[in-house]
Amino acid sequence: MKKLINHTPSSANQVLLGLLPFAILLIAYMIGSDARLAINPSDKLLPSFGQMGEAMYRLAFEPSRRTGELVFWQDTLSSLMRLFAGVGIAAIFGLCIGVLTGALPILFASFAPLLTVISLIPPLAILPILFIVIGLGEASKITLIAIGVAPFIARDIQRRTQEIPSEQLVKAQTLGASTPQILIRVLLPQVMPKLIDAIRLSLGAGWLFLIAAEAISSTDGLGYRIFLVRRYMSMDVILPYVAWITLLAFLIDYLLSAINSRLYPWNAEGKS
Amino acid sequence: MSQPFIEARNIGKQYGQDIILENVTTTVEEGEFITLVGASGCGKSTFLKMILGTEQPSSGELLLNGEPMPNEPGPDRGIVFQQYSVFPHMTVLENVVAAKGFQKASLTGYLFGNEKRQARQEAAEMLTQVGLSHALNRYPHELSGGMKQRLAIAQAVICKPRILLLDEPFGALDPGIRADMHRLILDLWRTHKLTIFMVTHDLKEGFYLGTRLWVFDKLRHDPHAPNAYGASITYDLPVDATQDSLYQEIDDQLRPTKSTTMTADLTERPT
Repeated sequence: MKKLINHTPSSANQVLLGLLPFAILLIAYMIGSDARLAINPSDKLLPSFGQMGEAMYRLAFEPSRRTGELVFWQDTLSSLMRLFAGVGIAAIFGLCIGVLTGALPILFASFAPLLTVISLIPPLAILPILFIVIGLGEASKITLIAIGVAPFIARDIQRRTQEIPSEQLVKAQTLGASTPQILIRVLLPQVMPKLIDAIRLSLGAGWLFLIAAEAISSTDGLGYRIFLVRRYMSMDVILPYVAWITLLAFLIDYLLSAINSRLYPWNAEGKS
Repeated sequence: MSQPFIEARNIGKQYGQDIILENVTTTVEEGEFITLVGASGCGKSTFLKMILGTEQPSSGELLLNGEPMPNEPGPDRGIVFQQYSVFPHMTVLENVVAAKGFQKASLTGYLFGNEKRQARQEAAEMLTQVGLSHALNRYPHELSGGMKQRLAIAQAVICKPRILLLDEPFGALDPGIRADMHRLILDLWRTHKLTIFMVTHDLKEGFYLGTRLWVFDKLRHDPHAPNAYGASITYDLPVDATQDSLYQEIDDQLRPTKSTTMTADLTERPT
């Protein structure tokens, strides 16, 4: 009998074992839902999959009576635009600040303490400030995501830049490279895959800030919808929306990781 | 030529209380191939870094053509480190083309059109010289240790430095590959008329390569304060004239302070 620590499932078994918990959860939900609906057919807490399907069909394929929009797709589009804009702005800021402070000791000395302090501010605590200063429109939601995510990306990129062996910087100088040349040719390309990794890690926080901002002030969006229908206890909408957000998050993460290995094949094997 | 190419005048180096080097005085003419040997921490790498420009002497003067040595790395002094010498995000060819691009005083050092074609051709020729013509489009992580060092050497030599610094460049390579690398470096030294400084742990390598051997060691030693005295050049030998008995003597002298791995390295006798 092999020790447990040496038991490695075959790749087929690995997939099956991975799917098993999902199946168990689904079955448990169905049993619970059926049990509750059998007692009270108008129970709202654990809707059946049929009820969820109906609710989602209404939101996805029947134009809203109030605005004439397909609510589900409009929500998805608005939320993704906000998320991409916010995280995109954060990535550009984070990359510039991270590479510059990581590469140039003078900038590191002047800005690293400030960056540390800024990254410790809880972004949601300044949401009211953003609403007061920028107003309740799109800009404040995008700004919240950007402010929430940028310090993390900047500090991560700063660390990654500093991790690049100093031998490479010396070598580049002995080949005649100037400071801008070293920044653009040696450091920037090497932190690009790290930037994508940092974005992947910060997307979770991005979603959090997005949904929080939408819950507080919005007229559409995935987060807005969930908090709106909560008033009617519409679990038949909330549950599919949560599943949809999870799926979107998974797809974005998968896409970014695929882009990373496609664009930067040299990154796979670590440092040389 | 009255003025020496490189001149060290009574150089000393200390970090806080620890004295690394003291009283290093020597001159080097253009075209010499100097190997630096000595125990770990005896200051041979520190001396190399002073020529490179990443370290400055605490006392004394280091002169290049009569002028103080620049205090940062520059294109007249090429370097090959033991590792991390090549850019992992560029292919072999790109690594060498980038070296050509860095010579241009532009913001990014990217080359275009004719210039780029010419640089690529020159780079390909250089890579053929070091035996990498079959691996132009591979990334460094796909290369063996020896191939990476060949690439690093090609990169350094294509910039036509007057001085080439080698900091234990073959320390991590197999003995067979090391012999190939020795041939390569001697060949490049002759064709490009370089002045080479090479730090090595391997005394045999020091005796075989180059024209001149420097042994770094402490002249005085205080067992209660091992860092109270710095090392200096204790032997400065023309390589051709050395005898087996002298090799033995230097070997014995260096050995007590060496770590076990290096002792193992030195037990091989020269043939």
